[in-house]
Amino acid sequence: MHWTLLVIFMTAALAGQQRGARGGLPAVPGTARPAPANFPAQQRPIDTALAARGSTLYGTHCSTCHGGDLRGGDKGGTNLLRSALVLNDQAGELIFPVVRDGLNNPGMSPMPKIPVNQEDGKAIAEYIHSVAATAQRQGGPPPGPPVTLNILVGDAAAGKTYFASKCSSCHSVTGDLNGIGTRFPNPRDLQNSWLAGGGGRGGNAKPVMVTVTLQNGQKVEGQLNRIDDFIVILNLPDGSTPSFRRNGDVPKVDIRDPRAAHRNLLPEYTDRDIHNVTAYLVTVK
Amino acid sequence: MSRTKILFSLSLLLLPALLVSQSPAGSAGLDPASLLKPLSDTWPTYSGDYTGRRYSALKQVDRTTVKNLTLGWIGRVNPSLGGGTIVGGEGAEEWAPGNVSVRGAILMVDGILYPTAPDHVWAVDARDGRQLWHYYWKTRGGTHIGNRGVGIWRNYLFFETPDNYLVSLDVKTGKERWHVELADFDQQYFSTMAPIIVGDHVIVGTGNDLDSPGFLQSYHPETGKLEWKFYTVPMNIGDPGLETWPNLDAARHGGGFSWVPGVYDPETKLYIFGTGNPTPGYTGAGRKGDNLFTCSLVAVHVDTGKMAWYFQTSVHDTHDWDSAQTPILIDATINGQQRKLVSTAARNGYFYTVDRVTGKHVVSSKYGMYSNWAKGQRPDGTIEPDPLKEAIIPGSLVSPVEGGVANWPPPAYSPDTGWFYTRENNGFNMLYLTDPDPRGSMGLAGKQPFGFGNLGSSGDFLTAIDPKTGKVAWRHKLYGGGGGGLLATAGGVLFSSDGSGNFVGFDARNGNPLWHTRINISNAPQTYMLDGRQHVLVASGDTLYDFLLY
Repeated sequence: MHWTLLVIFMTAALAGQQRGARGGLPAVPGTARPAPANFPAQQRPIDTALAARGSTLYGTHCSTCHGGDLRGGDKGGTNLLRSALVLNDQAGELIFPVVRDGLNNPGMSPMPKIPVNQEDGKAIAEYIHSVAATAQRQGGPPPGPPVTLNILVGDAAAGKTYFASKCSSCHSVTGDLNGIGTRFPNPRDLQNSWLAGGGGRGGNAKPVMVTVTLQNGQKVEGQLNRIDDFIVILNLPDGSTPSFRRNGDVPKVDIRDPRAAHRNLLPEYTDRDIHNVTAYLVTVK
Repeated sequence: MSRTKILFSLSLLLLPALLVSQSPAGSAGLDPASLLKPLSDTWPTYSGDYTGRRYSALKQVDRTTVKNLTLGWIGRVNPSLGGGTIVGGEGAEEWAPGNVSVRGAILMVDGILYPTAPDHVWAVDARDGRQLWHYYWKTRGGTHIGNRGVGIWRNYLFFETPDNYLVSLDVKTGKERWHVELADFDQQYFSTMAPIIVGDHVIVGTGNDLDSPGFLQSYHPETGKLEWKFYTVPMNIGDPGLETWPNLDAARHGGGFSWVPGVYDPETKLYIFGTGNPTPGYTGAGRKGDNLFTCSLVAVHVDTGKMAWYFQTSVHDTHDWDSAQTPILIDATINGQQRKLVSTAARNGYFYTVDRVTGKHVVSSKYGMYSNWAKGQRPDGTIEPDPLKEAIIPGSLVSPVEGGVANWPPPAYSPDTGWFYTRENNGFNMLYLTDPDPRGSMGLAGKQPFGFGNLGSSGDFLTAIDPKTGKVAWRHKLYGGGGGGLLATAGGVLFSSDGSGNFVGFDARNGNPLWHTRINISNAPQTYMLDGRQHVLVASGDTLYDFLLY
């Protein structure tokens, strides 16, 4: 997969918000138009009454093998949401014959015949399509019931020891981290935040500071706005953003990143260290 | 006769020769045999030539003269500009996917450029950037992520659409000749690859995120008839590689997509390409095993589509680290022996060189400074993954991030320096498992990565690697990460983006910047000759920038 996909999907999501505005506008290539739903499974109209009847039939005849969520089951039923036959079916014309006659393909668990008539087969197909239509982006399954995942698997005592040796030169649980365990209702957010040095999502990390020493000895200090091989730009307290051309080591640029210590630890941590420290910090009330 | 007149007469005498040299294709169009020549005056295929080196023999622009590069023209390709659009397509409704971004290769043949974006192809005059024609494909929908360019065979042009058609146009007029469906839209395939022409074959790949099988196909350029189809995963009992999957159902939904162009070795007639990640991407419980032939270098005979060899660059991948990089053909002497090799800098941070005739391992090395997912090297040169570095409920700290140490934007190789050039992004993220279902999730779902923004980036570099040893020769620090395809030249200049919004000419010997301009480029730089001058071309979104020396 591709790292620009996120941007694409954000764009698609924005386009989706305007979907209600779609109408009989003339077709002009290149003008910003609302996007059609991405995939055929999402583009098809669903007969909700038929799908509701199919849901009951599915529960009776299919879910034991194919799973209540259609993603397959222990008895060898395949995942219907990624089945080519299901995805190619329009209105039961492919699904019903398989339901009626069963399947016995080499290398696959055999599927028995199911005693349903064509109308019921069509209803089952409609139900399957109605679920497939709720699949998520990047091939994700439909959202299931929420699950609670406990990330607190670490040893708080070991975490306390680690904190004392690696963190306590800059941080204190009675000082800057006082009550940190109550500040984050979700331990995962706490873990992300301390790993990121407070600069994670919603964090308020201290800014990166930079000092530029000009050839005449004058020093200019401010927050780092941007730097590359060719330029350094500062944010000064008066709101100005002076820039300086860089040519190798001239002028001298000294960057002070308050989170450098956190960055330097990333290659050092073991996952156990991380989980232990989190288990410790949630106890800091 | 005055001196001026003599010169004038001489130039008239030379005119036919000049015309011939400017128009190598002539009325018969682009001869596929010309793609066998090393990259120099034109840019007739995705990587410029078949080697994947993106090494141009041109040297007007060199380490000394590069500082004199000047802007020739700026041209825009955007449907909103109008100008004689030819409309095709099977879609019931129009969908323009927002901003046009040219990310792929822009072929240059006969003084004409062919930039693309999803659903769009343009012909542009390489002398002034003006639009000659524009073809627009009405889509059925699907993932509109990018288009990597066109292929040209004689007077026919070929490109893929996001809704999975191979479309052939008349190269001179942009009029459609035919289109064929190359993958099943219902199964959520989407197609971005630049078709690669080899002889009378149009080689096309496709992508998908849902759990479907990957494949590579060859079509006939005249008729659009399918010649062969090679699946990258086992599809039937008895297929090779099935023993690396728990069952046939898992293999048939195992991914391994072929969305980036490969390279071609005319001596062995092997087309060598990288395959994408196995599916489901992050949850491997339902696909225990190595999962062949996903995340692999694969060589297929170009006439039959039969596999000659494979080498897996990411065994049982669980991080979406496709091996869909364009590999590079390298000829080198190792231990006194002349070797025919192919190298790839994989997304997972490991660099591999293998024998391109046999597929046997030569070099495996770690080039991603902090890549921490591996447990060691197997005797066959592949790398054993550490299951503890998969997505887990309490989170595992993994480097690199999903985008990888490198990604699909092409690397380069210079036979002058002997180095393989790549981008190196050393990011970290916490990878949480959010779908612990023992059946595994689907597609790329089931995980939640937490990145650390700039904090998680422990160094982004332009990196030179010795493909004979896998050792890093040098790293030039970059202040921004991301993609950034590369172009190497005989003039000793390495062109790329610096990840901070600059287009830069680096010194191929050490990575020092020699020239730059503040253009945030969206594709990999290219170079060619036009009217006796070397040009350098880049795209930034819908805008093309042509540079040259006067």
